[in-house]
Amino acid sequence: MLDSIWLVIALPVAGVLLNGLLGRHLGRAFVSVVGVGVVGAAFALGAWAMTDLAALPEAQRTFTLPLWDWITVGNLQVPLTLRADALSLWMVLVVSGVGFLIHLYSVGYMQHEDARMFARFFAYLNLFVASMLLLVLADNYLLLYVGWELVGACSYLLIGFWFHKRDEAQAPVTLMDGTQVTLPPNLNPADSGKKAFIVNRIGDFGFALGVFLIWSTFGTLNFDAVFAAAPQAPATVLSAITLLLFMGAVGKSAQLPLAVWLPDAMAGPTPVSALIHAATMVTAGVYMVARSHVLYELAPGSALVVALVGGVTALYAAAIALVQVDLKRILAYSTISQLGYMFVAVGVGAYAAGLFHLTTHAFFKALLFLAAGSVMHALHDVIDIRRMGGLWRKMPLTGLTFLVGALALAGFPLTSGFFSKDEILLKAFQFSPGLWVLGLATALLTAFYTFRALFVAFAGQPRDWPLYEKAHESPGIMTLPLVVLAMAALLGGLLGLPAVLGVPNWTADWLAPVFDTHGLEAKHGVSAATEWLLLGVSAAVALAGIALAYWFYVSRVDIPARLAVALRPAFVFLANKCYLDDLYDAVLVRSGRQLAQLLAQGLDKAAIDGIIDGTARLLARGGAWLTQFEDGHIPHYALGMFVGALLLVVYLVVR
Amino acid sequence: MSGVPTAWFLLLGAILFTIGAVGVLVRRNVLIVLMCVELMLNAVNLTFVALGRELNSLTGQVFVFFVIVVAAVEVAVGLAILVELNRLRQTADVDEVSELKG
Repeated sequence: MLDSIWLVIALPVAGVLLNGLLGRHLGRAFVSVVGVGVVGAAFALGAWAMTDLAALPEAQRTFTLPLWDWITVGNLQVPLTLRADALSLWMVLVVSGVGFLIHLYSVGYMQHEDARMFARFFAYLNLFVASMLLLVLADNYLLLYVGWELVGACSYLLIGFWFHKRDEAQAPVTLMDGTQVTLPPNLNPADSGKKAFIVNRIGDFGFALGVFLIWSTFGTLNFDAVFAAAPQAPATVLSAITLLLFMGAVGKSAQLPLAVWLPDAMAGPTPVSALIHAATMVTAGVYMVARSHVLYELAPGSALVVALVGGVTALYAAAIALVQVDLKRILAYSTISQLGYMFVAVGVGAYAAGLFHLTTHAFFKALLFLAAGSVMHALHDVIDIRRMGGLWRKMPLTGLTFLVGALALAGFPLTSGFFSKDEILLKAFQFSPGLWVLGLATALLTAFYTFRALFVAFAGQPRDWPLYEKAHESPGIMTLPLVVLAMAALLGGLLGLPAVLGVPNWTADWLAPVFDTHGLEAKHGVSAATEWLLLGVSAAVALAGIALAYWFYVSRVDIPARLAVALRPAFVFLANKCYLDDLYDAVLVRSGRQLAQLLAQGLDKAAIDGIIDGTARLLARGGAWLTQFEDGHIPHYALGMFVGALLLVVYLVVR
Repeated sequence: MSGVPTAWFLLLGAILFTIGAVGVLVRRNVLIVLMCVELMLNAVNLTFVALGRELNSLTGQVFVFFVIVVAAVEVAVGLAILVELNRLRQTADVDEVSELKG
């Protein structure tokens, strides 16, 4: 099967061609079967390939499939080669597995779209899956970059899918003392797509420079060749390469300071938010750092930057999530925060832990988004949690699965999120207790804001009765993926149980050949007692966050209201997303626009247009002047001929 | 070689050519203009044969035959245009027609 690993990419591409070119004529049923089927088939093939790979001895678990030479220019040789090793196949399964469920869900969610939009949606979604699979199966940095850009383009297309929609104002928050806090409006889909694309360009600029530097340093872009040559490279160059690559990851995975695009990306359809902006694309940065772990290990300064950026971003996003009233935005900030965790993990060298959290996060965050989408579906696109309440009774299955997702996200003991987050916290503690405290504070906030959303939306009494009356449980095609993902979110922890329990950690064992971490645990391991203590602390923090949310939003709802008045500046600060958007707007966007205006008026209009228009005007005037000599009188023409002939004779004689 | 010196022929050719050229430029009757064109052509013919004799080469004389043929064609076309012009405009004055302009 490994020989046919290209089929994993080719199948979704076939889906793109079928649905994109013919989809609107073929009907919904056909489009759905093709769109969902190709991703399901890709998952099956990926799983088959994984069993084949597992059958090989550990040392040989790297399979490369050269397809053809893509670029051959002088020394630059870029073959189109796919690489199937433990890490890439793991990613293939996460992408296609979660992707398959989300495709299935989309069939129900997008049912109200007309046939054209329906087909287009599945074509885009399949294109995304193909691009993402190319990204994870690439065997060199340039191919990785191609996939990297393609997923960015798909993200742009899908965020702006409902491009006709306008900005949506958010109702202001009325505090207890009667004052109001205005909330920033939700950006329209078309602009959100552009914002995501442009902010990603900034990161990708660094990524491209990193790839260039890799080539000029090593003369190759192939992963294995670069990693083999890396120890001989100067440390400063390695630091530059890793930091530039990380710049790309910062953009793609929405870390500070480029985190601003992801919340606005929620303007896209909810399955898109689940697939691209929670489960897969945004984790590409984590994958890239894990893939380049050899380089990061040789550049400890860069690895530290990765961990610190991750830790700070995790706390920043979690703090903003506390006060958001838009259900999807709460989840978006949560995604940024959890991605921060993953970067902490890969930054401190716990690559398997990072990948494990990536996987469990894909399960429970996709679940939460799809459940939120189910709520939106029931409430006709209302997403403000202040208009929800009591939905538990109307949509029990959605409520239950959301609860499971929330438990996993909060790190409730024994759920998947608990184990993966704890693994990261443990590794962070080994690295530096300061980082651990940062992670723990984030974990507390995470548990709190997750259950705030859950309690406000699903528990208590309805706040908007007419809306509540209309609510209904979603159809089976939407709830089935929810249930499957809920099972995964609940039981996914079994894939990576902590070492202290004395059971095998399948994730770490499977990924060990890639990360070469055999025996590393023993070297840096903490005592069993410490590990148990850390487990206990994580569990306690998660429970404390949940309890606090219960106390605030179920039993004593006056407390958060009073807190908002007492801490008004902090509340306003967080409600305005830490003013990061406004800062960028004032410093970068406005000055950029002024510069563009200046160039447009001064350079383009005056200089370049002037030259072009001037040439045209000169020719037109010259032509007009010359036409007066062409008056139609034959003797005048004859005179012209004679004068010309005479001049020629004079020239020939004088010469 | 005896007889009339070649320079005389050339001088006569130049005089005839100039008369023709000035006629083409200043005369207004199309018929006269065409005759002047003939005059120019024959002035050139004279130059050709004179130089052919001087250089003892047949090329000049062969050329003259060509020019005569082309001149005949030219006269046929020119006169046809003149007849049509006269039919259309009842004039043979070149200053009266100025359709050939952009």
